[in-house]
Amino acid sequence: MFNKEYEAMQLSKLREVQLERLRWSLKHAYDNVPFYRQSFDAAGFGPGQLKTLDDLRRVPFLMKQNMRDSYPFGLFAVPMEKVVRIHSSSGTTGNATVVGYTKNDIELWAEVMARTIACAGGSSKDVVQVAYGYGLFTGGLGAHYGAEKIGATVVPISGGNTERQLMLIKDFGTTMLACTPSYAINMADHVERNRPDYDFRKTKLRAGIFGAEPWTEQMRTEIETRMGIDAFDIYGLSEVIGPGVSCECSAKSGLHVFEDHFYVEIIDPESGEALPEGEKGEIVYTSLTKEACPVIRYRSRDITRLYRTPCSCGRTLVKMEKVTGRSDDMLIIRGVNVFPSQIEAVLMEVEGTEPHYQIIVDRKDALDDIEVMVEVNERLFSDELKVMNQLAARIRQRMQSVLGVSAKVTLVEPRTLARSEGKAVRVVDKRKLK
Amino acid sequence: MNITQLSLFLENKPGRLQSALKVLAGKNINIRTLTIAEVTDFGIVRMIVNNPDEGARVLRENHFTCSTTEVLAIEISDEPGALEKALEAFSRHGLNIEYMYAFTEKRNDKAVMIFRFDDIEAAKKALAGEGYKIVKKIDIIGE
Repeated sequence: MFNKEYEAMQLSKLREVQLERLRWSLKHAYDNVPFYRQSFDAAGFGPGQLKTLDDLRRVPFLMKQNMRDSYPFGLFAVPMEKVVRIHSSSGTTGNATVVGYTKNDIELWAEVMARTIACAGGSSKDVVQVAYGYGLFTGGLGAHYGAEKIGATVVPISGGNTERQLMLIKDFGTTMLACTPSYAINMADHVERNRPDYDFRKTKLRAGIFGAEPWTEQMRTEIETRMGIDAFDIYGLSEVIGPGVSCECSAKSGLHVFEDHFYVEIIDPESGEALPEGEKGEIVYTSLTKEACPVIRYRSRDITRLYRTPCSCGRTLVKMEKVTGRSDDMLIIRGVNVFPSQIEAVLMEVEGTEPHYQIIVDRKDALDDIEVMVEVNERLFSDELKVMNQLAARIRQRMQSVLGVSAKVTLVEPRTLARSEGKAVRVVDKRKLK
Repeated sequence: MNITQLSLFLENKPGRLQSALKVLAGKNINIRTLTIAEVTDFGIVRMIVNNPDEGARVLRENHFTCSTTEVLAIEISDEPGALEKALEAFSRHGLNIEYMYAFTEKRNDKAVMIFRFDDIEAAKKALAGEGYKIVKKIDIIGE
């Protein structure tokens, strides 16, 4: 454990820490950000009125749209001379979301990422290859600072250039890989296709911290078997800090939230009402210690569940379930709720299929049409047409029985589906365009 | 005596076949014969080339999905009923043909056809007994 005092803190003590920090954070936001002042005032809430943590429920939410509307620096709570770093989302829809960090924020971020690496069994003895993209995207630098903080050896290779990644894993004795899960699968594919001489099991690679996109248990199993490593889910979002919000430990049964820095609530995404602990809903974040960009009740749109059960790793921090979907990428197809992650699970079930897929939703004659495009790799490909047709039919049948929707399944060539920032673009909803 | 066929997955879109063939041409790979099986959205290109392994390598390098398959090239007399007779022999031996296609040029005044059997070893045994000539690799694709 990187910081046992906080990661294994007694709940009553943790609540005290949270309450004290929350008071500071609310006041800091109210005093320095006109948006928060207006929104608190409109709700008739003064930061001084916070008596218990539950009083936070009186504070209005911060929506992604509010962040976009504040582009670029409207939500910054410190003067620019205190801001030492800026990150930004790719901003494919509407304006990009911009976040700033003070020196202390960078230190906090390094701390939670160091905890993340330790959670995955890492220490100063590790060689961490950071294959997340470096740049405005938070993945690369977030992992980098955390790995340095813990004293590991950092290989800041960034994303892409798979041959070079493989070479450095071997030559530098990389023990831990940090990248998106789809890039890890990409690497395994590359080896299978082009490098019969390369064996991950003969390298020192033993663990991976994978995040920045939702992934399934099947993907974990696939990565673990094909690369011979332990695959850990790490979670974060740039609005809150970047990677380092929560991560899996050796128990691999949920992600510990670093709740001494990020206060979490679960709400009903429809009504906005808080849900009791253990129920599934949208996770909402409030930063407790961040200076440059405090977020107060930020609606993440990520759907998960929180539970506080004793963990074999000794951490007392609350756990969140692997994020299974988002309240805003939930697709309603002819009245049926469909999460892309469910479609992914179906694809993984159909033997050998890898999750390079894209869902296209369109509306024709007032009827929703769903098309799932699946990239055909060598394991799926056959020189016999009937085998290919059977594959598409199997996927179609499983979708029908599991999701209750009939989808068109289209087999496409490798690398034809869009990816951005190393993240796969899973859903294209053309219905919004009209 | 097997011939290695190069099979390629392509989306049914303008320019896809051309770009695959361009990749092969760039490595001086000569196509001896080619056939396409297609459905609405995609097709499978099957071809006999002079260097299938190099062909597969260069296609993969350019991110095409492809594979190699063992097939048989068989001489069939160029006369009415000859193919029917051959198929009769195959079915008598319980040999299932997944697909077949032909070479454009004749050999020893005979047609040469490519057969993809579900069980190539059984096919070879049966064909030898029936007196069909399986054309050697060297005679099809050169050295």
